[in-house]
Formats: sequence, C-alpha cells, structure tokens
Amino acid sequence: MQLTLWTYEGPPHVGAMRIAASMRGVHYVLHAPQGDTYADLLFTMIERRGQRPPVTYTTFQARDLGGDTAELVKRTVREAAERFRPDALLVGESCTAELIQDQPGALAQGMGLSMPVVTLELPAYSKKENWGAAETLYQLVRNLLKPQVPEQPQHDPKAWMAVGRRPRVNLIGPSLLGFRCRDDVLEIQRLLTVHGIDVGVVAPLGAQVSDIERIPQADLNVCLYPEIAESSCSWLQRNFGMPFTRTVPIGVSATHDFLVELHTLLGMDPPTAEEGYRSSRLPWYSESVDSTYLTGKRVFIFGDGSHALAAARICSEELGFKVVGLGTYSREMARSVRTAAKELGLEALISDDYLEVEAAMADAAPELVLGTQMERHSAKRLGIPCAVISTPMHVQDVPARNSPQMGWEGANVIFDAWVHPLMMGLEEHLIGMFRHDFEFVDGHQSHLGHRGGADPSAEDLRPSTVVMNPEEQGPVWTADGEAELKKIPFFVRGKVRRNTETYARQEGRMEISSETLYDAKAHYKA
Amino acid sequence: MGANLRKESGPREVFCGLTSIVWLHRRMPDAFFLVVGSRTCAHLIQSAAGVMIFAEPRFGTAILNERDLAGLADAHDELDRVARELLARRPEIRTLFLVGSCPSEVIKLDLARAAERLNEELQGRVRVLNYSGSGIETTFTEGEDGALSALVPFLPSTEKRQLLLAGTLADAVEDRLVHLFARLGIETVCSLPPRQSTELPGVGPGTTVLLTQPFLSNTARLLKERGAKVLSSPFPLGAEGSRRWMETACRDFNLPGDRVAAVLDPLEERARIALEPHRAELSGKRIVLLPESQLEIPLARFLQRECGMELVEVGTPYLNREQMAPELELLPEGTDVTEGQHVEQQLDRVRDQHPDLVVCGMGLANPLEAEGITTKWSIELVFSPIHGIDQAGDLAELFSRPLRRRQLIHPALHPQTSTPSIHA
Repeated sequence: MQLTLWTYEGPPHVGAMRIAASMRGVHYVLHAPQGDTYADLLFTMIERRGQRPPVTYTTFQARDLGGDTAELVKRTVREAAERFRPDALLVGESCTAELIQDQPGALAQGMGLSMPVVTLELPAYSKKENWGAAETLYQLVRNLLKPQVPEQPQHDPKAWMAVGRRPRVNLIGPSLLGFRCRDDVLEIQRLLTVHGIDVGVVAPLGAQVSDIERIPQADLNVCLYPEIAESSCSWLQRNFGMPFTRTVPIGVSATHDFLVELHTLLGMDPPTAEEGYRSSRLPWYSESVDSTYLTGKRVFIFGDGSHALAAARICSEELGFKVVGLGTYSREMARSVRTAAKELGLEALISDDYLEVEAAMADAAPELVLGTQMERHSAKRLGIPCAVISTPMHVQDVPARNSPQMGWEGANVIFDAWVHPLMMGLEEHLIGMFRHDFEFVDGHQSHLGHRGGADPSAEDLRPSTVVMNPEEQGPVWTADGEAELKKIPFFVRGKVRRNTETYARQEGRMEISSETLYDAKAHYKA
Repeated sequence: MGANLRKESGPREVFCGLTSIVWLHRRMPDAFFLVVGSRTCAHLIQSAAGVMIFAEPRFGTAILNERDLAGLADAHDELDRVARELLARRPEIRTLFLVGSCPSEVIKLDLARAAERLNEELQGRVRVLNYSGSGIETTFTEGEDGALSALVPFLPSTEKRQLLLAGTLADAVEDRLVHLFARLGIETVCSLPPRQSTELPGVGPGTTVLLTQPFLSNTARLLKERGAKVLSSPFPLGAEGSRRWMETACRDFNLPGDRVAAVLDPLEERARIALEPHRAELSGKRIVLLPESQLEIPLARFLQRECGMELVEVGTPYLNREQMAPELELLPEGTDVTEGQHVEQQLDRVRDQHPDLVVCGMGLANPLEAEGITTKWSIELVFSPIHGIDQAGDLAELFSRPLRRRQLIHPALHPQTSTPSIHA
C-alpha cells in the first residue's frame, strides 16, 4: 500500500482512453463500475473537448457481482458495436474489473464482431497511465499491422530517392491529454515541410484505423513522445525494419540534433546549425544584454521523462541557468534522467511522491521551478515562480492559442514561458540601477508580481528554515543587521535572510549584524 | 402521486460515493478521509476536486498494489502502517474516515475491523471510522450518507428537546437557518455533520430530525433507531420548499401558526422579489435534469413551481419513494421521472427534445454545449449555498445565468452563414 495525496499519473486504462479518444473510428469498451466515468471529464473539462471520449462503460454494480457480469460485458460490447460501428474496438477493464476476472477481451473476441477487436491487458495494480497509453498504441499497431508483417524485415529509409518522391515520415506518439501535443504536431509538420519532408501518418492523434495500416508506407518513424511511442516504434523497427528517430526536438540544440538525425537516416544533407539561430528567437534573446540576469539562475526541474530531460538541456546550455534539481515520475525513463542529472553534477530524483519532490524543491532553494501542476502548487506555497512543462496539467495549461514546445517556435514559446515568471531582465537591471531611489523601496514589484501584490514583507514572515529545533536559540538579528537587510530589494530579501542565518549558524555566531550580513554575502559569492 | 416514474438501466455517467469527500472534508477541517483503493480512486478524487485547488488536502488514498492483492503483504498491516504514517504527518487530525472503494469491497478488505483495531491503538486520540464510497454500491452523494451513518453510533445520547439538521450545509446558510429557527421559537438546533468532527451532537427521544439533503436515507434510519423522530417534508430548496420544511419543524414543536407566519411571510415576500428577474428568464423554458446528485427532484419542483419552467425529464440516480413522497406530490401530473440511467438512450432523448437547459455531470456538459444545448453542472449545486428561503434568488440565478450568457454571446459567435463547429 502506498499513501498518496496527489498522483502524477492516472491508472493505465486512462492511458488507453487517451489513445482511443485521440483516434477517429476507435471505440473502447471498458469493464468498470460507475465511478470510473469520472475519466470523461479529463477530456471534456481539462481539455475542453466538445466530444465525450469514445468509451462505453459496463457500469457493473455490487448486485451484478453475484450474477453474470460476463453477460453484462457481452451485452455492452454488442450495444457499443451496433451504436458506434467503430473501425476497431478496444476491450479492456479497469482496476475493479481486473479483480473479478471476467476477461472481457476474450469474451469480445468470441462474439464474431465484424471489426477488429483489440484486447487490452493493463495491470492496474502495477502500471500507470503513460504505460497504459504506450501499451494500447502498441497493441493497436501490432494487431492492425500483423497481416502486413513481411517474412524478412526489409525497409530502406532512403528508398524515396529511387522511386522519385519526397521523403515521408510518420509522427508517432502525440495524444490527447499530452502536453501541447496538438501544437507540437503542427510545428513539426511545418518544420519538416521546410525541409522537403512529407508527413505520412500522425498517430494516434487524429488517426483512423486505415492510417495505422499505412504506417509502413513511410520511410521512417519520428518517435515524438517516447513515453507513448517507443514500444510501437521498436516493434515497427523489429518487424518492418523501419528506423525511428531518438531525439525529442524540444529546444534549439535538440531541434537541430533531431534534424541532423532525421536527414542522416533519410540520406539527405543535414542542415547547418545556423538554421536554428536564424529561425528561433531563443538564441538571440538569450544572448541579448538584458538576459545577463539569467546567468546562473537556479532552476529546479521535475516532470515526465522527455520534458524534464529537454528542460535540463535548454536550461543549462541555452539559457545559462544553473540546474539545481532534476527528476521525473516516469520510472520508464529513470535511466536517461539519471545520466543527464549526473552530467549536471546532480543526483536525479525518481519519485511519484509529490511530497518528496516538494521537499527536494525546498531544499534546493531554486529561483525558478519547471514542473507539473503539482510542482506549481508546491512552488506557490514556497513563494517560488514556476512554469509548467509537463503533464499532469491544469485547464490553464491547455491554451487556446498555438503554443508548441517543439521546434523553433517551441523554443520561442519556452523562452517566454520560462523566463516571464522571473523578473524580466531589463526591469531587473533598471531596479538594480535605481535601487536607491525611493520608488524602489518596499512595495514596488515587477509588473508580473508573482507574489501577487501580497505584502512584500510577508516574505520575511515565512518561517525561516534555519530553525530546525525550536529548543535551540537561533542567531538573533541586531537592529543594525535588520536595517541593512531592509536595504536589500524585497524580492531577494528572503533568500538573503536565510543564507545569512545559515552562515551565522555555521560560524557559530549568536548575533547577525550588518557585518555578518556582508560576511555571509562574501561567503556565498566566493 | 402525479409523476410518471420509470426505471432505466445501462451504462451510467455518475460520480461514485467517494466524490462526496470533496465537500465533507471542507465541512470538518479536523477530519481526514483515507480512501482504501486503487490508483483510479486517487486519480478520481484528485480530478473531481477541481484538479488541485488545495495545497495539502484532507483526503488521500492508500493505493492497493500487487503485493497487497497477491497476499505478499498483509493488507491490514499495510493499512495500519499507512494510517500511522498519515497521523504522524497530520497530528491535528481528530477523526480518520477509512473509506472503502470498489477494489477494497471486491477483495473484502474488512475496514470495520481495521477501524476497531486502530481505535484501540490510538486510545481516543483519534477516532477511526469506516464507510463505503464504492462505485459498485453508491453514487455521488450517497457517500455523505455513508459518512454520516458512520458517525451516528458515536453521537452521545440526550433527552434534550432539540432540532437536529442532518446533511452538510454551507456555514453561512446554517447560521442563518439556526437564527431563523430561534426567531420561530426553536432554541436548540444542532447539526450533523458538525463543523468540528469532535463536536458531535447528541441524539435521543427528544430529538427531531430535519433532513437538509435528500440523499440521507440510511442516516435517517439510524437516527430513528437512536430514538429520534425524522420529519417528512419537501426539502429546503426554493422559497416554498424551505418554508414548508421550516413549518414542518414548527408543527412538531407546536409553535403557534401566527408567529410562524409573522416570521416567514416577509421572507417569502422578499424571496418572491428576488426570484422575479430569474423567473422572467426561466419561465416557459424547458429543462432536463440528468441523474447525479439526488437533488434533481426537489430542484425540478422548485424550477417548475417557482420559476415557471417546463420539466421535460427529471433523472435521479435512485429513488427513495418514501422520503421523496412529499416532493413527488408537488410535481405536475405526468412529469417524467427516470430512476437509474442508460446514458446513451437518455442523451438520445435529450437530443430529440432539445431542451433549453440540461443539468448534468461534468463529463457531459461540454459535449452537450458543443451540440448547442445549454448546461449547468450538477456538482455546483452540491457545493453552492442554495438552501433556505433567503437563497431562493441565488438558486434561481444558477439556472438563469447560463441562459442569459447564451443570449449575451449569440448570435455574435454564430454568424448566420456558418454551421456550428464542434471542437473535438
């Protein structure tokens, strides 16, 4: 048993719903009690979709358990098949149905339905949402393409040259309730068009059964979201010989690497690194003088594997931040996140306990948090600005405008989204230059005011983390020390207070005067 | 009884009883609700609770995993461990509800025994209770019935002549009702659930119970068994229902009718004025209430009698005929009342009838809006302060606003030449 207050991922059948709802002409019969229909609101409320997910629940009740729930499954399958006439039917069960062992997939297989029936076995007590989504896509791809599997996988990603057509690739992995998938697909399509590459199939988002059947007609697969697409892409590689790209094109350098990887696999001349510099504003904005303030800003990163890895690279290589924490809830990607953390001199945090993440965040004392909706919440409590980079998300993370994370425009979006929660550079410079003017004493905030117009002195009221043991007397601020502290701009005052107290404690000083404050400043700058 | 009652069965689109945690934990800030269930349960209450409004909620889930099911770990030992971990983390908790779920019911995890064991261990520092909010046994608001039923055995006995209001009310509404009862002449009014889980009201032969919510049949039965008298009345929604509800209590306390009228007449008159603009909006409009909260029948009665709406269909997840009898009598002859649900067939009827307004769950609202049908979330009615004569105008506004909004933004958003697009 595991105690959870919030969870990062839903159960695996919610992952399956994401695949079914992303596609056209696919229906999912879910053997589940009535409460499980809550999952519909993830699609209709969080993503504000105008359609219910294509799911029919068997809605078994306690009184059915003594009787024939198998008959209920068959009746529901029959009704759903007749009503929705899908091109393919997914049949699976939720956690409670798994316990009563009706094997709905086998029941449906035996009904002689006219459409392909794909049975999903998603162990609800050991697996989670992203795994469920990956497994569902994989089972769907495998079942629908089995008849086409050649005896010997022979697939030449450069074949397009010989037959005189443009190269063609599939985009695998974008789904509903993924992070900005719809926008990423548009952006990647645009990027590929510029490079003379056609997009064959996008799956599962918007795909039909006939599209899945066309997957092998492309030259290769782009594995856009490894959490969901990798198992399908590997299967296609093993059985059809179709290679797939490994780089997730989030950030300027990753987008460049992605293009090089793709061009090389297709036998095309790779683009120059200059393209990213010309096409995205991130490089220039990051180089411009008012971005100097970003140097060494301490950032804590937590999210799904792909987005956390991408964020770490962008932060350290493209924005000049210092990554002070890196972690993921995607256990499937723990290894690569660990490696990336190690390269940054960190130990990765692999956890699905948001309280552990919150503790690590508080410990790292970052100036910016890049995380999920949960970290946004924790960061708010700690008074740290935050941008959301990954699922799970809030309705506000599903913007109406196009807001990709991938490709050149994605890099622009990321620059804005991650830098805006910090005080903007030009503004910070001006406040720094004019800090002695009366306008810049307490109460004047950034126009963004992430502290929400709250009393700026509230920061000082937060319990200082230095007092670990209430029995023990902490160092006391002298009037002179307090006066000096007040001269420090309010937005860094809390941090200076904590650092100084920690320093004083380390040094065994009982009082904090202005001198102690400057000693501490020298100590931390050194 | 004038209504035309029928039953329907099939796939449902209704929250399970676990969801009632999201208002119960706000009512009793010193209580914690620990769902013993699956990742799905954890995900459900997280999603239903408005996707993380609270920094650290007073509810959580002990997630069953393979080890628990395979018997590799003793589920009872595990539950004890989780409860201890939780109480160490949250020392302010005074009442811990162990809430059964579908999986814990199916594997027959004995939460009553677990509660007993933990109570012994905790020696009165924390009271541990259990009930089931599982979706195979309960719908949405029935969870509250379970939680309150679990509290009833712990209510101290009292001989005192008093009025007990059973069912969660908003604090402000409760204060107002207590004030009004005092003006009417009922001085001792207490509530179940109380505002602090430790301040349980007494119950006994002198206790008269008024249900504030229509989903508390089990709680009512248990209170009766403790010697209380449970009154039968329309529910306190709308001016008329609230008045009849208060008058029912006044009769039981033998209060003089003229005094009651002197207090309530001006309130009713004021409510009529407050209702007027909403009645103008709602009158003649056709409404369907889909089953969700059990409030559907009292709301339908209010909307028809006080707001002039036409009832196309009134759904209810289940029907306690005895308890609902005073409400059903007030519905117009032949009103279609459907118990249970086959969601697809019911939506087919909605599409055929094309009502002006549909009250429904969160999963259905946007899809119906996309079909051009104006909606109102059922869950909002459980969360909003809607009880009492003084709230009648506010209650009506919850229904008139979506209609007014549609008028405000149409036809601008629907140019004559284009067909409405559905954003999938």
